[in-house]
Amino acid sequence: MAFDAQAKRNFKVVGTRVTRPDGIDKVTGKAAYGADIAAPGMLYGRILRSPHAHARIVSIDTSAAEALAGVKAVVTGADLAQPDDEDFADVAINCLARDKVLYDGHAVAAVAAKSKSIAKQAIRLIKVDYEILPHVTDVDAAMQPDAPVVQEGRALETVPAGMSQNVTTHCQFGHGDLDAGFAKADKIIERSFKTAATHQGYIEPQACMASLGSDGRGEVWCCTQGQYMVRANCAAVLGVEESQLRITSSEIGGGFGGKTSTFIEPVALALSRKSGKPVKIVMTRDEVLKATGPTISSSMDIKIGMTKDGRITAARGELRYSGGAYPNGTVNMGAQAAFAAYDLEAVETVGWNAMTNRPKEIPYRAPGAPTAIYAVESVVDELCQELGLDPLDVRLMNAARKGTVSSYGPTFNDIGLVATLEAAKAHPHYTAPLGENQGRGLSCGFWFNFGGNTCVSLNINDDGTVGVVEGNPDIGGSRASISMMAAEELGVPYDKVRTVIADTSSLGFNDITDGSRVTFAVGLATIEAARAAIKEMCSRVAKIWDIDEDAVIWEDGCAKPAGPNAGTHPPMTLAEIAAIAGKTGGPIAGHHEVNADGAGVSFGVHLCDTEVDPETGATKILRYTVFQDAGKAVHPDYVEGQMQGGAVQGIGWALNEEYIYGEDGRLQNAGFLDYRVPVASDLPDIETVILEIPNPGHPYGVRGVGETPIVPPLAAISNAVSRAAGGRMTELPMSPPRLLKAMTG
Amino acid sequence: MVRVKLWGSLRALADGEEWVEVEASNFKELLDALAEKHPGLAPQIKRGVSLALDGVIYREAWFTKIGPENEVILMPYMVGG
Repeated sequence: MAFDAQAKRNFKVVGTRVTRPDGIDKVTGKAAYGADIAAPGMLYGRILRSPHAHARIVSIDTSAAEALAGVKAVVTGADLAQPDDEDFADVAINCLARDKVLYDGHAVAAVAAKSKSIAKQAIRLIKVDYEILPHVTDVDAAMQPDAPVVQEGRALETVPAGMSQNVTTHCQFGHGDLDAGFAKADKIIERSFKTAATHQGYIEPQACMASLGSDGRGEVWCCTQGQYMVRANCAAVLGVEESQLRITSSEIGGGFGGKTSTFIEPVALALSRKSGKPVKIVMTRDEVLKATGPTISSSMDIKIGMTKDGRITAARGELRYSGGAYPNGTVNMGAQAAFAAYDLEAVETVGWNAMTNRPKEIPYRAPGAPTAIYAVESVVDELCQELGLDPLDVRLMNAARKGTVSSYGPTFNDIGLVATLEAAKAHPHYTAPLGENQGRGLSCGFWFNFGGNTCVSLNINDDGTVGVVEGNPDIGGSRASISMMAAEELGVPYDKVRTVIADTSSLGFNDITDGSRVTFAVGLATIEAARAAIKEMCSRVAKIWDIDEDAVIWEDGCAKPAGPNAGTHPPMTLAEIAAIAGKTGGPIAGHHEVNADGAGVSFGVHLCDTEVDPETGATKILRYTVFQDAGKAVHPDYVEGQMQGGAVQGIGWALNEEYIYGEDGRLQNAGFLDYRVPVASDLPDIETVILEIPNPGHPYGVRGVGETPIVPPLAAISNAVSRAAGGRMTELPMSPPRLLKAMTG
Repeated sequence: MVRVKLWGSLRALADGEEWVEVEASNFKELLDALAEKHPGLAPQIKRGVSLALDGVIYREAWFTKIGPENEVILMPYMVGG
């Protein structure tokens, strides 16, 4: 749906900072998260996990556990279906392993018992005989021809013959003559980079309660980014029909992409089916870190040539990503995003994914892009240093703009990168003085955004209020923004609208909450649903006034006569029309179903000042400013929150967070004491500058904002630290020991 | 005829061609024609692809109109977080 013709629309609700609908419940503890759901007779589930990085399961003896008083069911992989579809099959064996365990923490068996303590005791009684296999956790090692093979026969047809069977994905993008481009360069820098896997770090662990009866009908309550995705996975893994499962999403305590898959819901359903009782499973933090998906780890080579006045002549990148023990295509996204901020005559990005004995990668905001852009933006910054050029001017000189053939193929339409860079250049942060051991870093960021399958139902209540029913869990303020767009379109106050998230049996299919899609796509569907309701209300009023429907318009929340033959009638408000709906034809509602496209790409620029401690290697973030093209910012507080949250997660990724594996392939830091996410005392106030360049693919000009903010921080911080430390950093995280070693040689 | 650009790693499956011409008036016809002309592309098309039409990315919109005047770029299926 295209941008509305009324380009100068004066928004009354959209763009304001209304009260968030979930705020009071969250701060008073009333909000019901996944672990808060309970049912009469409920059992407690617990999962036994592999202590080995890679091993064949010779046998599993569950008899002692089953004999323990209070244990009502024990399940293994044999209790789950074996779907033909590869993606569903991966979900199944990741929920409960069958022949092999593929990583430390891989689920092997599960019990349901009358209490948590009995369940904990019971899993210790399950005897698993393992044949330990060689393992590999490093992506470069996994790509070697003689590396231990994680899974056989999983390579796509694009992978050249002769490579390790761990290599599952190969991609290549670009255009132009690289050799000619590099020949024009006055300076060429080639660097290799590595980044550690990081976890999405949501505060709420995965939790669910599930019930599946002998009649095949089931219910699941869980924290997820997509209840329809949970339904599809559970149906496939349990071998039941989707219509027989109803999935209700709880309030969610963070997702960031990490709750776009299922880990425990099929297990809880299998335990319920066996025990005949509802079963609740709540993961521990240790389990979350070991067995739910972190993002990829990476190894990358970047080569960029530049003239002495700052024009990039050619650029090449090779990305090697590990998405854990299963194939995945995240490197496709990284390879496409790597050079997207630049207008380049010659560019090539090559990507590889290799399986390792790590947990299955699950998307993390803008999956694949932060690491690739970290490496690219680091080399651009180093070229600027070497050539004595201003890094912002160089980016402006080379910036992608309307008409640029992007590094991944399409020609850009209206994009906001130049405006975002100019805003950064004009901001006082860019010219503020720096002290000793301090450095300033800059990075561009990019994300695609998308729309997707969406259903919305909008009901006009008889008291003149409005109910919106949508199907995407609210991970970033969507209930507020959807209510605001409904109120805007209908011309009613925001507090007259309430938006709720439907279960899977109450609304048609919706894609998961990902891809920065919800405010864009659900908003678009809400506007269309509101317009359908308005059309119906105008029709009812036309009948009351006995005039043509075309002679009734909707303005300021009222039906009004319009045109030469409409006559004179007092406006009828939405509330007046709603109150007599039963007399004029019945309930009034609007709905809209769409697979939305036209989301519009998004660019951001981050500026960061750091100070490094030459004695300890510790880095302090002194100042941080985020500039982003948000399209129309529906609720600026939430937009700023996304921008700040992305920056903070990026600070953690850049400075401290990493999955650390021992020689035995076991995760060494599965807890928040040793896996260190930033806390408030680590951070300055994150300043934000929203640019509103309308997205032509949305009636209000909205574009997604949730993922772009995590793309630039890795490079912005690394560039700042490298300048402060006097040497180029090429590995993340830049933890104090690593930085100290780099500074002291 | 519609000209469609393939991303690099698909070209080996399409006789090394960067641009492929097929008879199509919408997204579905284009995918069907590509798979028929270059069977090596069929597995990727079956797994899922995106299509950029004059710079706007579509994920699964079969009946989106395509004409010879459009810039048509085949892309991997978009995923996000």
